[in-house]
Amino acid sequence: METLIQAAYLIAAALFILGLKQMSSPVTARRGILWAGAGMVLATLVTFMSPQILDSDQVSTNIALIMIAIALGGGYAWYSGKKVAMTDMPQMIAMYNGMGGGAAAAIAAVELIKASNEAAHDVTGNAAVADMLGADVAILGILGAVIGTISFSGSIIAWAKLDGRLNRSRLLPKQHIINALLAIVTLGFAVAIYFTNSIETIIIFYLLALVLGVFITVPVGGADMPVIISLFNALTGLAVGFEGYVLGNAAMIIAGIVVGSAGSLLTQLMAKAMNRSVANVFFAGVGTNVVATSSSGNEGVMKEIQAMDAGILMSFASQVVIIPGYGMAVAQAQHKIWELTQILTEKGVSVKFAIHPVAGRMPGHMNVLLAEAGVPYDMIYDMEDINADFKNTTVALVIGANDVVNPSAKTDSSSPLFGMPILDAIDADNVIVIKRGRGTGFSGVENPLFFADNTKMLFGDGQKAASELIQAVKEL
Amino acid sequence: MIEGLAAIYIFMLAGFTGYEIISKVPVILHTPLMSGSNFVHGIVLVGAMVALGIAETTTEQVIGFFAVLLGAGNAVGGYVVTERMLEMFKPSDKKKEGEGS
Repeated sequence: METLIQAAYLIAAALFILGLKQMSSPVTARRGILWAGAGMVLATLVTFMSPQILDSDQVSTNIALIMIAIALGGGYAWYSGKKVAMTDMPQMIAMYNGMGGGAAAAIAAVELIKASNEAAHDVTGNAAVADMLGADVAILGILGAVIGTISFSGSIIAWAKLDGRLNRSRLLPKQHIINALLAIVTLGFAVAIYFTNSIETIIIFYLLALVLGVFITVPVGGADMPVIISLFNALTGLAVGFEGYVLGNAAMIIAGIVVGSAGSLLTQLMAKAMNRSVANVFFAGVGTNVVATSSSGNEGVMKEIQAMDAGILMSFASQVVIIPGYGMAVAQAQHKIWELTQILTEKGVSVKFAIHPVAGRMPGHMNVLLAEAGVPYDMIYDMEDINADFKNTTVALVIGANDVVNPSAKTDSSSPLFGMPILDAIDADNVIVIKRGRGTGFSGVENPLFFADNTKMLFGDGQKAASELIQAVKEL
Repeated sequence: MIEGLAAIYIFMLAGFTGYEIISKVPVILHTPLMSGSNFVHGIVLVGAMVALGIAETTTEQVIGFFAVLLGAGNAVGGYVVTERMLEMFKPSDKKKEGEGS
């Protein structure tokens, strides 16, 4: 039986890897998640037959508890996952990820408490956790506990911040120093667990790690949140891999470490796209130093355009590039924009969508939102593919995007955005910006594009402005 | 059963695999991929089931229950949202090759 279970785990691990691989192309991505899902179902089912579980003194109670817990946790997640709006996807991923971290930490807790009890009742009466588990298992188990717990509480804070339930970005003065001290104390307790058999040490250790996760995440600015979520995703993977070692479970080790390394790379890619280093995200939020620079005077005035004129301009354009930002999704304008695109295409205008790597609130988030509205993925272009094309573009239509088209990222070394790769909308013959008001973007930085000679502002709510444009284009 | 050097090999190879997989993913799939990898570490559910399965005291059962609850949430939630996102990705009527990055 044991061999059969191990074989099933191996198949599951292979399905996870193949599934993730297929997710690397939009053509096969759907199949990828189905494969990975099949692996998960297989692994879960065979675990019920695990001798470890069946040989337990409390086998019936424990199996009943397992089923109830799966029904409750799975049921809640199924319901919330089906219901969540595509715009709220980042915080939902953060939440599910936090659950995984919490589960890994809880597994470690069971193992550590068990070992601690055994050690306390050892014949010598003075054994430590490490003596019971062995050095390797104890070290990886405790490491997984720290990482999993931080990922758990940190992800919950990330969820709360993105969901608009928590707006504070500071808890205490000198937060970073306090965080550093707290991290040292937590590690101290982690070492103490290893060398003692005290339950109290384990409890204090978990409480400290929980607080640490909260303290690390609270100061992180909204724009940096995707990096943090991705990092926590990678960390949960690591924690799962480590706890897999503790339990001698190959599927957990492989899946966990694959996610750990994939997630680390993804985190770096995201941070790079946003011109931030991962360390930077933790130790200085954009929001904290921006206030001083945002007042640097902008010359010129914004020129307004009416929807009618904008519609004429676009109808007779040879190429229109639409640059959507998260503001478009907030206004729920993506369906209108797709309608507008279809009308323009019928008129013979070439329409493309240009997506900045961090458009939306996560890399790729905007693609999901456009896909939801029905935009085919081959009309959507990445930054590198489209930037040279702006010179041949009659109209660049910016809707709900701001920082990602801010030319000061290239020209003004004092700008907090300086160095961030941007979409060169400014190179287009005409730029039309749909914007609700005259305020600044997510990062709070003024945007010189709005004052440029070839830029016209179409003020109004995204959805209303898009409807007006459709009306204008239709009437021609 | 998976110990010492063998474990180090697994850790190393799994690490390279993860790196390889993601380095070829176009940006347009980053969000579903993050969600998909989030689903994959939902395998923690299996470990949580074992942890609860071998629990002997009430404390261990409570913590184990918590572990399975969260692990199931991770696995199921991760699957549902990933599937929902990927289902929406469709090409234009004229079928073109995936656009790459």
